[in-house]
Amino acid sequence: MADTPGGRSLVVDAVTHRYPSGALAVENINLDIKGGEIIALLGPSGCGKTTLLRIIAGFIAQTQGRIIIGDDIVDALPPNRRAVGIVFQNYALFPHLSISENVGYGLAARGVDKASRQREAQRLLELVQLPAMAERLPRQLSGGQQQRVALARALAIKPSILLLDEPFAALDKNLRLDMQIEVKRLQRVSGITTLIVTHDQEEALSMADRVAVLSHGKLEQFGTPSDVYDRPQTLFVNTFVGSSNRMPGVVVSADRTAAKVRLDAGAEIIARPAGGTLSEGGRVTVCIRPEHLQFVGDETGFAGVVGMSLPLGATVVHEIKTADGAGVKISQARIGETRALENGAAVRLAPLAPSLANAFPATL
Amino acid sequence: MGTAPASRDVTSYGMGLAAPLALFFLVFFVAPLLQLLWLSLHNDTAALHWGLGQYLHFLTDPFSLSVLGSTLLLGAEVTAVCLVLGFPIAWLYQRVGPRLQTIIILIVLLPLLTSVVVRTFAWIVILGRQGIINATLQSLGIIDTPLKLLYTQFGVVIALAQVQMPLMTLPLITALGRIDPNLDDASCSLGAGSWRTFFRIVLPLSLPGVIAGCTLTYAAAITAFITQSLIGGGQMLFMPMYLYQQASTLQNWPFASAISIIFLLAVLAVVSVFTTLGRMSRGYGGA
Repeated sequence: MADTPGGRSLVVDAVTHRYPSGALAVENINLDIKGGEIIALLGPSGCGKTTLLRIIAGFIAQTQGRIIIGDDIVDALPPNRRAVGIVFQNYALFPHLSISENVGYGLAARGVDKASRQREAQRLLELVQLPAMAERLPRQLSGGQQQRVALARALAIKPSILLLDEPFAALDKNLRLDMQIEVKRLQRVSGITTLIVTHDQEEALSMADRVAVLSHGKLEQFGTPSDVYDRPQTLFVNTFVGSSNRMPGVVVSADRTAAKVRLDAGAEIIARPAGGTLSEGGRVTVCIRPEHLQFVGDETGFAGVVGMSLPLGATVVHEIKTADGAGVKISQARIGETRALENGAAVRLAPLAPSLANAFPATL
Repeated sequence: MGTAPASRDVTSYGMGLAAPLALFFLVFFVAPLLQLLWLSLHNDTAALHWGLGQYLHFLTDPFSLSVLGSTLLLGAEVTAVCLVLGFPIAWLYQRVGPRLQTIIILIVLLPLLTSVVVRTFAWIVILGRQGIINATLQSLGIIDTPLKLLYTQFGVVIALAQVQMPLMTLPLITALGRIDPNLDDASCSLGAGSWRTFFRIVLPLSLPGVIAGCTLTYAAAITAFITQSLIGGGQMLFMPMYLYQQASTLQNWPFASAISIIFLLAVLAVVSVFTTLGRMSRGYGGA
């Protein structure tokens, strides 16, 4: 085992896992993660992200493919020899051991003597800003404190990879932000390659260097947060990450960089072919985010009638009914006195730029 | 109209509902126990002269003390066998699918669904000179003369362990079921092997179940009159049979009462040791 704490690379090489029942949990996942990166595995529940995490940790032996940490193929190693640190969703602190013993547990398993264990536990508790808690029991700590202890315990074994399973789901909103900042700080300090499993897109986009979006066991897209948000490669990514208007239409003409689409809502717009080239005459779904739509005065864009307007603080969201009966949301920044839109007023909408409308082949 | 009067009502309801059982206990448990105590404090069989003679007799009589000793030892042996055999079953129960769980629970509970007498006679059939074990071993040519299994300490321990097994397994299953399965994974991911995980995590956290199971099994094993007598036979004498002989055959009621009281105190002492051990372990409070 190469003993370089932190910063080891992680390669998930064509990993497929099939349940005994024959159902696929994950299918042909490829991830190439550089040392020291924070990666988010993002997807709805049941998408296979937790299965993938357990495969990397060694709790599940994948049906096919390889897991490579640094230069080592670790598939044959049991979880207790992979040196992968895990923070569980419910923290899984040992309830009968003191905080200090919890943090020192991994060191005890490695045969470190008691005095060094306590010293190291104290150092880590200071790192997670809980120096005075060493002698308490887990149940005497708050949720946020327990999570810091869980982090300290995982870091104590100097893991090559740190896995966080829905780490912030059990925390309330204010504490969640604090802990997200804390985890990011600790990750910067230690430089450990970190994988966060989450279903919360904001968490994924704000914390990760790169985001892997999973759906139904398949990797939909693996890219930087701005790639995933601004240049989604699949319809699923476009609709799962952020909010999006889905507008059906037919391709009028298309090349590799731009497609002219006739929307069912009654206008021709230029869109970006997001999922590869589109064929003329084929049905497509065009995704436009509410903040990427604008009101236009001339005859460009598509027509609609103002339905409801929701002032959401910094932005105002209007729901517009289009000619084909669908609802389209448009979000406007509230700059000064925004002109109130009358309920029932006729308006015309168009995307801010062709690159902000993504056209995907319609799934049958 | 506050919450305080309402909650007081609930409490008094509870007391009222518990009254029939309390009365039942008072009449059929506390009163006989007091009568027993009263009787044991007499020096003569007619219960006319007060004194501690019966207790002195028991505590200075080597035979009586050896009966008490062998009974307490029997309880310890049965409890140990039940713990060693029952723990793996309870552990297995938590790690198999729901269908196997049903089968395991059925096997664990099955002994409770048949009479103790029937189960004990089954053991006589198994352990006897011409019994299943001896017949099998002889037909395989492993032994020439039948082994003496019946009417031995070994036979009594094995039969009692089987009879009392549910009392150990059920509390263990409950205790192990309360342990968060993530703790296993957490221990493993921190580098601990299965044995370290078992001794440092699973066992300490299952202690409440171990204590409960041991207490129940112990109390049941040392008082198991039928199994002790039928499998132990005439050669092996334990406290319940000793007590029975003194009361029924010899009509020495004061001495029998003293035996009961001493036996009761001995059992209480052992049980309180178990309970104290449990309290001392930090796993007792649970998560």
